Amino acid sequence: MTPDRWPSRTLRIGPASFHLRSPFRRVIDEVNALYRDYPAETADGIYDYAVSAVPSSPLRRWVNPNLRLECDFEPFDTLPLPVELGMLGLEMGMNLQMAVGYRRHVVVHAASSASGDKAALLIGDSGAGKSTLSALLAYREGWRHLGDEFALLDLDAPLLHPFPRPISLKNASIAAMEARAPADRFGPVLEGTVKGTIRHLLPPAAAIDAMETPAEIALVVAPHFRENAAPAWRPMTRTETYVRLAASSTNQALMGEAGFEAVWRCLAHAPAFDIMYGSSDDALELFETLWRKVTA
Amino acid sequence: MTPAAILHRALAEPESMRGLSADDWNALIRVGRAERLLGTVAERAVPLWDALPAGAQTCLTEERDITRGDHLAARWEIDRAALALRNVGCPVILMKGSAYLHAGLPAAQGRRIGDLDILVPRAALPAVEAALLAHGWLQAKENAYDDHYYRTWMHELPPMVHKERGGVIDVHHTILPLTARLKPDADALIESRVAVADGLFVLGPAEMLLHSAAHVAYDGEFEGGTRNLWDIHCLASDFAQTPGFWDRLTEATDRHQLRVPLSRALRLARRLYGTDVPETLAGRMDLVDRLALRKLHGRDRFGHQGAKLSDRLLYMRGHWLRMPPLMLTEHLARKAFRRKERAQPV
Repeated sequence: MTPDRWPSRTLRIGPASFHLRSPFRRVIDEVNALYRDYPAETADGIYDYAVSAVPSSPLRRWVNPNLRLECDFEPFDTLPLPVELGMLGLEMGMNLQMAVGYRRHVVVHAASSASGDKAALLIGDSGAGKSTLSALLAYREGWRHLGDEFALLDLDAPLLHPFPRPISLKNASIAAMEARAPADRFGPVLEGTVKGTIRHLLPPAAAIDAMETPAEIALVVAPHFRENAAPAWRPMTRTETYVRLAASSTNQALMGEAGFEAVWRCLAHAPAFDIMYGSSDDALELFETLWRKVTA
Repeated sequence: MTPAAILHRALAEPESMRGLSADDWNALIRVGRAERLLGTVAERAVPLWDALPAGAQTCLTEERDITRGDHLAARWEIDRAALALRNVGCPVILMKGSAYLHAGLPAAQGRRIGDLDILVPRAALPAVEAALLAHGWLQAKENAYDDHYYRTWMHELPPMVHKERGGVIDVHHTILPLTARLKPDADALIESRVAVADGLFVLGPAEMLLHSAAHVAYDGEFEGGTRNLWDIHCLASDFAQTPGFWDRLTEATDRHQLRVPLSRALRLARRLYGTDVPETLAGRMDLVDRLALRKLHGRDRFGHQGAKLSDRLLYMRGHWLRMPPLMLTEHLARKAFRRKERAQPV
């Protein structure tokens, strides 16, 4: 089997398209299972980014197999991944393409979710609870999931574009969501990653069907989870919000004035709040309160 | 046609892009990105833009945005370096991408620009280094061997990185390593300079082309050769419009002992891009040309370059030309040990 004929899958997610491939059949089988609801072709057959999970050396295809990534926008030297984590590798590869190569929108490391035609942006460092909160909004409150990894800010209007990848749940959030979402929406349990245990949750099908429809940004929230914390919130100034958004954007600075204008337009349009909570119930309640406040 | 040939043709004859299939476009986009030439393809595609498929337009537009960002950053780095070095009292000569950009040459169109490369007289190196350190640049190499390697044997200081912007500056005092077998005349290089904006200089046309040729055809293993040969094609085609250029080039070539690399670079550029070259300067194809062409056509439809025997031979040749045998043995041994320590967990 030559590299041209390896198992592969083209994948459209929101405005971006990817071509994923690997000589390890199980990796592409897992991709096909997890991404079953996503379109497998582009309008004219041309895709944006190729990400391949290739054996880390020719020998490693057969003996103690492991793999590394090859992408349009290349990762730095990384340690080889076991084949069981191949799909996760492809996911990281896709993230890298969005972070480094994508320039059609401002890419912010954030979750986003919409209710009707209005959307909320959830910013914060890894572990702040963005993925969990957006998963709860999608599966408990019936919101339209826009994305849990990257939010895409329009360059001309205060709009968020969906990039509804499977939600990447980590550690304790996995059990919390297993109780609330249908079992057939979950991917395999991935153990031993640098972030601990990861399990993907496929967003509700309606969110994927509507992935080309943007929503107007109405609220920015910076969630902070702290064990046993009493629920609290405070408004953030535009300057503080700008600094946080700019710091969590992969391409805003690289896009110069257009990037700055896009971020500033969004935060001039949507009020921002910092929220602190100790349980998902508190988080949702705080979120609902703020949402009512800004959309009233 | 190899996937690389689709790229070569798109650059040299943009009209060829009209007839590409979706598979060809996918290959062109991959190989173009891998060679850091897709931005140039995008600029070349502008006159036939409306005839391109939407998927291609999307990727090429994105690449133009990336290049625009690159150029903005490069202009700012040039501006900051000019400010830092204005009182050093020596000419500061921009090289490679930054020079093409600052001098407004066609070679800059769509070109990705990374590090800022400058050339200064060797005697001025301590003052230049001190001025850069005083203006926020830091030594990027912390390893004592690397530092020693650059200062003793190379044609440049160890790279310096700006502590806030992260921009890298390479300060050269000549165009080939001091250990290389060929010895270009550094004083004559500096003498050839032409003034451009902001008190800065670029090399004279002949020397600029010679530097590019030495870079692609002598120093190294044709890594990035597709892009460097496109530079050669653009520079040669542009400068050849001035009467007498080829004569001046021949003269400068002999002064700098660069006849062999210049001829090779011109031959390969002609082969890839159809560059118009006088027969007397081009000379004849040889084994190294053939190895280089294999490498230049070596990427698959995903932009991946397999490690082939021909590439290994070129790697060995590159290092062979770079330093004497004993030194080479020691250097490669050190690098081999270090490679093991570099990989990062995911």
